[in-house]
Amino acid sequence: MMVLEKRPAPSAVWSIAAPLLALLVAVVLGGVLFAALGHPPLKALYIYFVEPLTSFWSIEELLVKATPLLLIGCGLALAYRANVWNIGAEGQLVMGAIAGSAIPILLPEWNDPLALVAMLALGMAGGAAYAAIPAMLKNRFNTNEILTSLMLVYVAGLFLDWLVRGPWRDPMGFNFPKSVAFEGWHLLPVISGRVHLGLVLAGVAVILLWLVLSHTRAGFAVRVQGTSAQAAQFAGFSARRITLGVMLFSGALAGLAGIGEVAGVIGHLQPSISPGYGFAAIIVAVLGRLSPAGVLLAALLLALTYLGGEAAQLALGMPAKVAQAFQGLLLFLILAAEVLVHYRVRWHRAGRQRGSTA
Amino acid sequence: MARNRRRTSEEKAPGAAPAGAAAGKGSGTAATAETATDAPLLEVCGVVRHFGMLAANDDVWLSLKAGEIHALLGENGAGKSTLVKIIYGVLRPDAGRLLLHGKPFHPASPAQARAAGIGMVFQHFSLFEPLTVAENIALALDDAHEMDALKQRILQVSEEYGLPLDPDAMVADLSVGERQRVEIVRCLLADPRIIILDEPTSVLTPQEAQALFATLKKLAAEGRGILYITHRLEEVREICDRATIMRHGRVVEEITPSEHSARQIARLMVGADVHAVEAPPPADLGVPALHVRDLTLPADGPFGTALFEVSLDVRIGEVVAIAGVAGNGQRALFAALSGERLAQNRGAVFIMGHDVSRLGINARRQAGAAFVPEERMGHAAVAEMTLAENLLLTRHAVDDGLVRHRFIDHDRVRATAQRVIDEYDVRNAAPGRMASALSGGNLQKFIMGRELDRRPKVLVVNQPTWGVDAGAAALIRQALIDLARHGAGVLVISQDLDEIFEVADRIAVISRGELSAARPASELTREDIGLMMAGAHEQRNGGDSRRTQA
Repeated sequence: MMVLEKRPAPSAVWSIAAPLLALLVAVVLGGVLFAALGHPPLKALYIYFVEPLTSFWSIEELLVKATPLLLIGCGLALAYRANVWNIGAEGQLVMGAIAGSAIPILLPEWNDPLALVAMLALGMAGGAAYAAIPAMLKNRFNTNEILTSLMLVYVAGLFLDWLVRGPWRDPMGFNFPKSVAFEGWHLLPVISGRVHLGLVLAGVAVILLWLVLSHTRAGFAVRVQGTSAQAAQFAGFSARRITLGVMLFSGALAGLAGIGEVAGVIGHLQPSISPGYGFAAIIVAVLGRLSPAGVLLAALLLALTYLGGEAAQLALGMPAKVAQAFQGLLLFLILAAEVLVHYRVRWHRAGRQRGSTA
Repeated sequence: MARNRRRTSEEKAPGAAPAGAAAGKGSGTAATAETATDAPLLEVCGVVRHFGMLAANDDVWLSLKAGEIHALLGENGAGKSTLVKIIYGVLRPDAGRLLLHGKPFHPASPAQARAAGIGMVFQHFSLFEPLTVAENIALALDDAHEMDALKQRILQVSEEYGLPLDPDAMVADLSVGERQRVEIVRCLLADPRIIILDEPTSVLTPQEAQALFATLKKLAAEGRGILYITHRLEEVREICDRATIMRHGRVVEEITPSEHSARQIARLMVGADVHAVEAPPPADLGVPALHVRDLTLPADGPFGTALFEVSLDVRIGEVVAIAGVAGNGQRALFAALSGERLAQNRGAVFIMGHDVSRLGINARRQAGAAFVPEERMGHAAVAEMTLAENLLLTRHAVDDGLVRHRFIDHDRVRATAQRVIDEYDVRNAAPGRMASALSGGNLQKFIMGRELDRRPKVLVVNQPTWGVDAGAAALIRQALIDLARHGAGVLVISQDLDEIFEVADRIAVISRGELSAARPASELTREDIGLMMAGAHEQRNGGDSRRTQA
C-alpha cells in the first residue's frame, strides 16, 4: 500500500528534482504519443527536441519564441508568488499589442525613436490596464481572478478581430483582415536575423524580477502574502495593494510581449498574433518554480516545444496541435510532481497491521 | 478472562461511586487500593517510534489499570501525543507492542481502537458549528443510528455522568465547556473501557474543571481506565492515582502524585529546576501606555465575537492580564489593539497618548507598541521563511534601518536576527534557518525576542506560553515582567490562570466580548475569576448566565 506522508518541511532536493522528473516523464510519454501517431518514437523525439538546436537559424528562432515567454513568465512568476492567479496573460498580450499599435495605425507620420518608446510604453499600459480589471473585481467584489482574467482573454481576442476587420483594416490591403504594415521606427530594431530588441527587454525583466523578489520590501511583501495571508496582515502589508500591484506588473509585461510580437516579428496587426504564448507562459512560471533563473530555463524549453512542434509538422506531417498537447502534458506532470516536494512516499506492506484486534 | 475482570470492577462500582463523587484528595488513593490487585487493562511494552532522526518514543513502558485515573505528564515534545496516537491507532509503532486485557493489540486505525473499547477526547474539538449536538454526534458514530433513539441515549448518558447537554442545541451557540461535554458524551456512547483525554481542562473555568473531575471519578469508579494528559500539576495531584512522566521520548518515572509536591513533579518533567518567576512590586506607575475607551466592534464573521464597550488602561511599569475562556473575544480584542482591525471611530485606542484608533498596525508599531499574537505559525511567523526574514516581518516599517529606500539591508537584518537569537537563548537557531525547523518554545522565544529587542513602550501579547515547555515559559514570563519594570506597559491575554497569577499586577476578565474592570491580582482568588469568566460582570446579559454550570 502506498501512503503519502506530509514532510515536516518542503524538501529542498525535490523542489529542484520534481520539475526535472516531470520533464523526463513528459519526454517518455511524448515518445509514446509519437508512437501512437505511427512514428518511430526515437526519431520523432530527435526531430522534436534535438534537431532544432543544431543550426544557427533555428537557435535564433528559439530566442524569438523565448522572448515573449520570458517576458510574460517573469510577470506571472511574481503574481503567482503572491497567490494571485493571473491566467489571462494572453488577453493582456493582445490588449498591449492593440494599445501599442495605435501609434503606427492612427499617427503614421510620427516615425522617430520616441514613437517607438511611446509604442512600448502604450503596450505596457494597455496590458496593465486590462489586468487591472480582474484585480479590481477581486478587491472590490472578491471575485475569483482565475475566472475573470481567463474570460477576458476571449473578449480581447474578439476585440482585436473586430478592429482588424473593421476600423483598423488596411484600406489598401485587398480586404485582408490586417492593419497597415509598420515601417521604420515603428518596428523594433533587429539584433540578429529575426531576433529583435525584445530579447534585451526580456533579459531586463529577468533581472528586475530577481531584484524585486530578493532585495525589495515590495517583493518581500509579495512572498509573505503568498505563503500566509494572515502573517502578511500582521506585517501590515495590504492584500489589496499587493493584488493590484502584481496584476499590473504581470499585465504590463504581457502587454510588452504583445507589442514586441507585433512590432518585432509580425510587422502589422492581424486577427491572431500569438500561438498561445500567454498560456504557455503559465507553464514557464510554474516549471521555473517562480524563480528568475528557473523562468529563464523554462522559457527556452517551452520555446523548444513550439519549434519542435513546427519541425515535426514539416518533417513527419504530425498535426500542429501536438505541440499544445505536449505542453499540456508537461504542465499536468509538473503539478503532479509538486506533491513530492511536500509529501514523502512510503510503502507499507499490506497485511502487516491487519487482524489481531479480534 | 478479560470479561470476568470487567464484571468484577463493575460490581465494585456502587461502592466506589460515592467516594469518587466527593471531590477530595483522599478518594483517589482509596480507588487505587481497591483496584490495585487487578491486572492492567492496557499495557504499553517497549514502544519505539521514530520520525526521521528523532525518536519520539524510545522504549516506552506504561500500564493502565481498571478504575484508575492515570496521568501522562511531560513537556511539549516529550512524546505524549505520539504515544497516545499509537494507542488510538493513528500511528503504528516501529517496535514494541501493546497488550489489551493481556492480549496483543495492534490497532490499524482509530475505528479499530474504538471497536476494541478505547475512546479519546481531543484537545481541539472537531465539531461542525452549524449543526446540532445530536447531528454532530451522529456524524462521528461508526454505524448508523435512528435520530430519536440517539437523542434519548445522549440525554441518558449526559444525565448519568453529570454532563448536562441539550441534543437539539446548535453547536455554534455552545460555550467551550459545553462543546467539550459534546466530545465526552460522543466518546461515552461507545461505552469505552479506556478513555484518553488530551489536556481537557485547558479551556475550562475552575468551576467547570471541578465538574469534569467529578465525572472522571465516576467513570473510573465504574472500572474504566482513564489516561489523562495534562501539564497542570495541581490537577494531577488532585485527581490522579498514578502518573507516568515522560521526557525526550522516554519514561523517566512512574509516581503516585499525591506523595510529591508540584515542584518535585515539575523537576522530574523538565529534568532540572524550573526557574521561579520573580515579580518585584511595580514602582510608581507612570502614564497610561495603552488606553482603550469604549471600544465596540461588530463580529468579523458568523462565528467571530463582537466587542462591547471595552475600556482598559495599562500604565508604564505594570503587567495587566486578561483572563477568559477561549472564544470569548480574545482574538477580536487582540486584532483591535494591534490594528489588524481598525476601530470604527476615533478616540477608542491610544498608544503613548497618540490616538491610533484609525491607524494600521505599522503606525501603531511606530507609536511604540509591539504585538505577539496567539498563533505562532502563519500569523506571528511564516514557517517557510528564514528567521532573518521573520524578523523583518514585524520590523520592516519601524525606523531602525532594516529597510532603506524600499530596499532591504540583508546584512543588517541578519545581524539583528543573530542578536535576538543570542540574547533570548533561542536554541538550535541561525538567521538562515527556517522558522519551521524550530521547536514551539524556541520559536516563541524568537518571536518574543524580536519584539523585546525593539524596547517597546507597549507590549500586547496573546497566549505568550501556549504550547511552550516549562523552561521556556518561565523565561518568557520573566521577560514580560522585566520589560514592564524597565518602563513599558504590558498586556497579557491568557487562558492559563497559573500564568496570570505569576505575572499580573492587575487582572481583568473577558467574557462574550465584554471586559470587566481590572482589579489588583492580590485581591482576587481563582474562584472570583471563575465567576467573572462565567459572565458575572456582563452588562448586556450579565447575571442571567446562559451557560449551565454542573
